[in-house]
Amino acid sequence: MLTQYAQIMSRQCFGLAQNLAFPRDCYSLVAMSTEQTYFDEMLGFDETARSPYTDYDAWFQAEDIKRLRRKATEAEASFRKTGITFNVYGESEAAERLIPFDIVRRIISGREWDRLSKGIEQRVRALNAFLYDIYHNQEIIKAGRIPAELIANNDAFLPEMIGVTPPGGVYTHIVGTDIVRTGENDFFVLEDNARTPSGVSYMLENRETMMQMFPELFSQIKVREVAGYPRSLRRSLAATRPPAINSSDTPVIAVLTPGMYNSAFYEHAFLADQMGAELVEGHDLRVVDGRIAMRTTQGYQAIDVLYRRVDDEYLDPLTFNPQSALGVAGIMDVYRAGGITIANAPGSGIADDKAVYSYMPEIVEFYTGESALLKNVPTWRCSDPQSLQYVLDNLAALVVKEVHGSGGYGMLVGPTASKREISTFATKLKAHPSNYIAQPTLSLSTVPIFTRAGLAPRHVDLRPYVLVSPDKVTITPGGLTRVALKKGSLVVNSSQGGGTKDTWVLED
Amino acid sequence: MLGRTASGLFWMSRYLERSENTARLIDAGFHLALTRPSEAAPNEWASVLSTSGADEAYKAKYDGYEGLNVVDFLLRDTANPGSVLSMVHMARENARQVRTALTREAFEATNEAWMTLRDLLAKPVSERDLPSVLNMIRQQSALVRGAIHGTMLRNDVYNFLRIGTFLERADNTARILDVKYYVLLPSIAHVGAALDNVQWEKILRAVSAHRAYRWLNGEGVTARGISEFLILDRQFPRSLAFSVAKVTENLNHLARDYGDRPESLVHAESMSAMFDRQTIAAITEIGLHGFLREFIRDHYGLAGTIASDYRFHE
Repeated sequence: MLTQYAQIMSRQCFGLAQNLAFPRDCYSLVAMSTEQTYFDEMLGFDETARSPYTDYDAWFQAEDIKRLRRKATEAEASFRKTGITFNVYGESEAAERLIPFDIVRRIISGREWDRLSKGIEQRVRALNAFLYDIYHNQEIIKAGRIPAELIANNDAFLPEMIGVTPPGGVYTHIVGTDIVRTGENDFFVLEDNARTPSGVSYMLENRETMMQMFPELFSQIKVREVAGYPRSLRRSLAATRPPAINSSDTPVIAVLTPGMYNSAFYEHAFLADQMGAELVEGHDLRVVDGRIAMRTTQGYQAIDVLYRRVDDEYLDPLTFNPQSALGVAGIMDVYRAGGITIANAPGSGIADDKAVYSYMPEIVEFYTGESALLKNVPTWRCSDPQSLQYVLDNLAALVVKEVHGSGGYGMLVGPTASKREISTFATKLKAHPSNYIAQPTLSLSTVPIFTRAGLAPRHVDLRPYVLVSPDKVTITPGGLTRVALKKGSLVVNSSQGGGTKDTWVLED
Repeated sequence: MLGRTASGLFWMSRYLERSENTARLIDAGFHLALTRPSEAAPNEWASVLSTSGADEAYKAKYDGYEGLNVVDFLLRDTANPGSVLSMVHMARENARQVRTALTREAFEATNEAWMTLRDLLAKPVSERDLPSVLNMIRQQSALVRGAIHGTMLRNDVYNFLRIGTFLERADNTARILDVKYYVLLPSIAHVGAALDNVQWEKILRAVSAHRAYRWLNGEGVTARGISEFLILDRQFPRSLAFSVAKVTENLNHLARDYGDRPESLVHAESMSAMFDRQTIAAITEIGLHGFLREFIRDHYGLAGTIASDYRFHE
């Protein structure tokens, strides 16, 4: 089976590799070997199993394929029953979709994970220090490490937050750091999601499902737990309650959702439920005596910590988008006066802006005094005329993203795009160069997924979930693995046909 | 608990109850159509439609009361907000809205009921399949009720669910009686006068009471007996008196938990007290139609007071 998997792997890689042409200066960074094969997390660059996967083959050989197929069907039925579905923008309300779940596990060794999580922690601490600085003295600009325009002209920067210190000094209570791997020791941060990262419910439900489907594996193999996440989340949020509020009571925590037609509504409900918090919508809330209060069956009750899953723009119609019905009129005033904690803090988005991203190595070094443990993907800022020219000349080899975009919308994946798509994109790019950044097409690692034909390699990324409280940073071992289910595809976003897998960090 | 959550629970259980009752109405109508000469059937279907409040909408779409059209309209027409499919969908949407208040079992039962009925009602139902489809609707409803009953804490969440169930049920029973009051009318004043067999069978079937009634009353089926049973019986779970008592009981629980005595409780208690004193002779005196109209109006007011007492809306 292993040999067969390896054959599939090399065939697939050759097919794609011919299309790839990388700028010479990126060669080493994207870890393309001269044969241009992808790093496979089970087999590495050759055909022998890497250590976390040594027993994988034996397990798969012993499994009955029919039984596995049946389990895959069962898993899907169980996700539907639980209602872990989402609506795709532009499709009718009845078209509820599931994010496909692949039933074979992705494995990361404990040693690898510990190294990775040190890098993530360093980066997240730097992000919080950066946010504090940017909204206070802006030392990093004074020191000439980043240009002033980067902040001043950025929509994600909220002038309303200047001089405001959030309770406990925490800006990003929850961060989802997107990581890709290209080699044995090569990890890159693709994005820092510092606004309202989603997907953590999939991490938890995927594990739950795996434990139901393969209990025998969990008794043989010691896997680090993820189930403590909701408890840690609650603790983290509670630790940043506004200091002015009597600390002897249990803090009142609520999750603010845009409502049940939001694609992540299941997750909002899930997290509220698991934390024992209320799930509120904008129209449940109003300002009462200088606090944000929710309308309960017994009158208005004040909220201490609001975990909002609504973007900054919609948070307060008095301060931001006046059309917004998703937020609460006056919440920014209450927040600035210390009457409530908002997680993540308004204005945190400046930290995961794609233009700011390109300065992350400098940012990490400036605030931690160390060089960054995790690498950035080399990034061309199209606002710079020289870079723009380079990007236009090499579109077929690059990934070009909107600076403020997310979800895989509005991006160009050069190597898989048609000539026509490339020329259309070039026109958009020339019209608004500062809207875009470009990166080399990374040779994302592959991991085995279960297909009709048996195991087959597919490209993946990883989103670990990071919780920040005033005294510590907690990273749940593993995270959400997103997988491009289409053979050869490098786009893992669920809105573009990606699936998810359970991610095991071994207790080793 | 959020006022919006209370509202979602209340409406979730109302929609569920009503979808089940609509299935019963269809069942009764279908039975009658099978046992009656064909020229009488359209009248029966018309009365089924008016009981479910869908007469106007139906007439806008169809000419004449053809059995399968009526069944399709009441069962699966998504343009009809009162169709079983629309209501099960609304119940499930409300359940999603309030899922943090429900146990996993209760939510999943509701979600599965919707998924099952959505698939079952995806295509028009033939006459041959109708009995089993109607059965499935009742069965799914029973599964949801069972999950709620077996897993939910007896707290305010449960109380709002129960209040929704019994408010809807009383309203439905009252409407069934009211639409048929002219059938009962000629004989209700005369104690012991026999009633058209098929008609009474239909009324009792529509509330799943034909067996219970016979158990309690043997063969002595009279208009007065049926009215008394459906309005005043203390043991029959779909009678007006029973439903009102349940609403009052749950409002009382809430009042004890919350430590207050809102207007809706006072209102419900006075309705309960009215049923304690009420006799079928007195109702006959007032006139059945008048009594039921008054009840439906009063009851509608109670639902509104509950919504404002517990801050369903801003």
